[in-house]
Amino acid sequence: MKAAAPARRLRARLARVARGSIFRLVLLYMLLLAGSVGILLGFIYWSTAGYMDRQTTETIEAEIRGLAEQYRRRGLVGLTALISERVARDPVGASVYLLVDERFERVVGNLDRWPSEPPDANGWIRFRLREWGTDHADEHEAHAQVFRLRNGLMLLVGRDVRDLEATRKLILDALTWGLAITLALALVGAWLMGTSLTRRLDAINQTSREIMEGDLTRRIPLSGSGDDFDRLADGLNRMLERIEALMASVRQVSDNIAHDLRTPLTRLRNKLELLAAALPESGEARLLAEQAIVDAEELLATFNALLRIARLESGSRRAAFGPVDLVPLIEDLVELYEPLAAEREQRLDWTAGASSIVVEGDRDLLFQVMANLVDNAIKYTQPGGHIRLAVETTDGLVQVQVADNGPGIPPEFREQVFRRFFRIDDSRATPGSGLGLSLVQAVVALHRAHIELADNAPGLRVSLSFGRVSQ
Amino acid sequence: MHILLVEDDPQMAEYLRKALVEAGAVVDRAADGREGLLMAAGSDYDVLILDRMLPGLDGLAIVRTLRASGNRTPVLFLSALGDVDDRVEGLRAGGDDYLIKPFAFSELQARVEALLRRGASETPETRLRVADLEMDLLKREVTRAGQPIQLQPREFRLLECLMRHAGRVVTRTMLLEQVWDYHFDPQTNVIDVHISRLRGKIDKDFDPPLLQTVRGAGYRLQAG
Repeated sequence: MKAAAPARRLRARLARVARGSIFRLVLLYMLLLAGSVGILLGFIYWSTAGYMDRQTTETIEAEIRGLAEQYRRRGLVGLTALISERVARDPVGASVYLLVDERFERVVGNLDRWPSEPPDANGWIRFRLREWGTDHADEHEAHAQVFRLRNGLMLLVGRDVRDLEATRKLILDALTWGLAITLALALVGAWLMGTSLTRRLDAINQTSREIMEGDLTRRIPLSGSGDDFDRLADGLNRMLERIEALMASVRQVSDNIAHDLRTPLTRLRNKLELLAAALPESGEARLLAEQAIVDAEELLATFNALLRIARLESGSRRAAFGPVDLVPLIEDLVELYEPLAAEREQRLDWTAGASSIVVEGDRDLLFQVMANLVDNAIKYTQPGGHIRLAVETTDGLVQVQVADNGPGIPPEFREQVFRRFFRIDDSRATPGSGLGLSLVQAVVALHRAHIELADNAPGLRVSLSFGRVSQ
Repeated sequence: MHILLVEDDPQMAEYLRKALVEAGAVVDRAADGREGLLMAAGSDYDVLILDRMLPGLDGLAIVRTLRASGNRTPVLFLSALGDVDDRVEGLRAGGDDYLIKPFAFSELQARVEALLRRGASETPETRLRVADLEMDLLKREVTRAGQPIQLQPREFRLLECLMRHAGRVVTRTMLLEQVWDYHFDPQTNVIDVHISRLRGKIDKDFDPPLLQTVRGAGYRLQAG
């Protein structure tokens, strides 16, 4: 088991590298390189081995020209004498001579019998040559040309190509190995380049994921080599720097708004309060003043909710996080909202998959999220409806569901309901700011959780999934 | 009741001072953090009301300094920073309560009175009484005019909270914090339904009604 894990990791890593476009690019380059090297080596082979072939042919032809000259001038006697002389000078050499009569009996030469292989149309013959005059039966190839003389005499002039063949084989071997090594090196190079490039890109991807999760302070690590990737990373980092600065100034502005605008709004509210208190209790003016207080409060509540969402979305505030047991939290929530549901003749119940299900988070914010969801369910489900809460752990993930059998949300609106101030037209008459679900989403994102709206057939089912806290 | 108010916004400070004086308190005001710390350390106040963001020395630093020197005066923070973290930070620094701007004066008044009371009653009570409504905290029994009243555990805590603040306004937020122990913003008045249930049990068959709704503020339990 222990040994299998690294192997599996390596396989996974290999698969990932092989899938990457970088690896494919490098592989393509490698194939092109191998093709070019193959063509180059083919040319080298053709020019070396071919040159040796042509040399042999030329040598044989020169010998033949010499012998023909002798034969023309001095006849058979001269030819025989010249062959004998040459054989004597080089009995086991590279040159092969044989003159035979009509019965293929040897007249003169350094070959003991006429080869059995038939010559081609131009009189060229390739045959196996048994080492002449030596003990060991060492066969090798020879090239020769055959001539038919007068009186049924036949002449064979050729060369032993043993050395040539050996050289040719040497060259071929060298070239084959060269190609194989080139391919192997190219493959290793492709792998190394692929992994190193993938690693650099992975670093960028990892950083961008962390940034998308809300940590704007993350930066892409530089290798320090000043290469293209460093320049790219540096460019991206500077862009992030700028974005972070802009975000900070936006946050600064919203904090200033919070301080500078909320103070006068509070004053306004306070003065209305003093005004209301100073007016006779049953007069119309008192009623108007009290309505103005309610209006001011609504204004402030919307304003506060917006600021709260903005602060949550900045994602940096996880200081109050700790382990939160969702089971008592949901129990409290149901206990708090049950009378409200009962007033609308709705049933509100809950189930838990365990006696304790803990996630890492902010207790008050999580309560706020569940409260918003339950509040919505109660608000939008018809009297007599049924609202169910469930918390359970499946495959190490904590899931919370709030399901109702109300009208539900049409699929085309399921993304939009999280937008600020978005309200489906039918629900405009229902009191609410249109910020409840935006706040829910901001809190969910802060907890690195996921929210999903689905059809409960009939009704709406909201699912929250959290990563589990290891215990 | 001697209150020190440390608030840099003059209008806000004036409004608060006026309202607190009307409610029967003696109010001193400091306009910045340094002055506030000197005044708080120099004389004996019943409650300190501190703005979180102050010129000179911020509210957190004042409380830390006071607590470090053994000063236990109850502190109520006022803040425009409406985040949970800020509240937690404020309470950790040694604050006793936290109020986010904007707030109704009734909310501030209710909390200040609660803070004063917290300091006053050191001896644990075993019986609470408002008119003919009685609560036995040990036996966890409630009777009105001698007749036993059956309450759910949460209703018991709700009534206990109202009885401990008898005669004074308790806001909805205070009830959420003290009875349910969650700091959150309910979009609807869930508390009202709980109150009306409780009212059905303690007031319905009796006279006079004890549990009163104070419009724009909260609830008050009192005789007459």
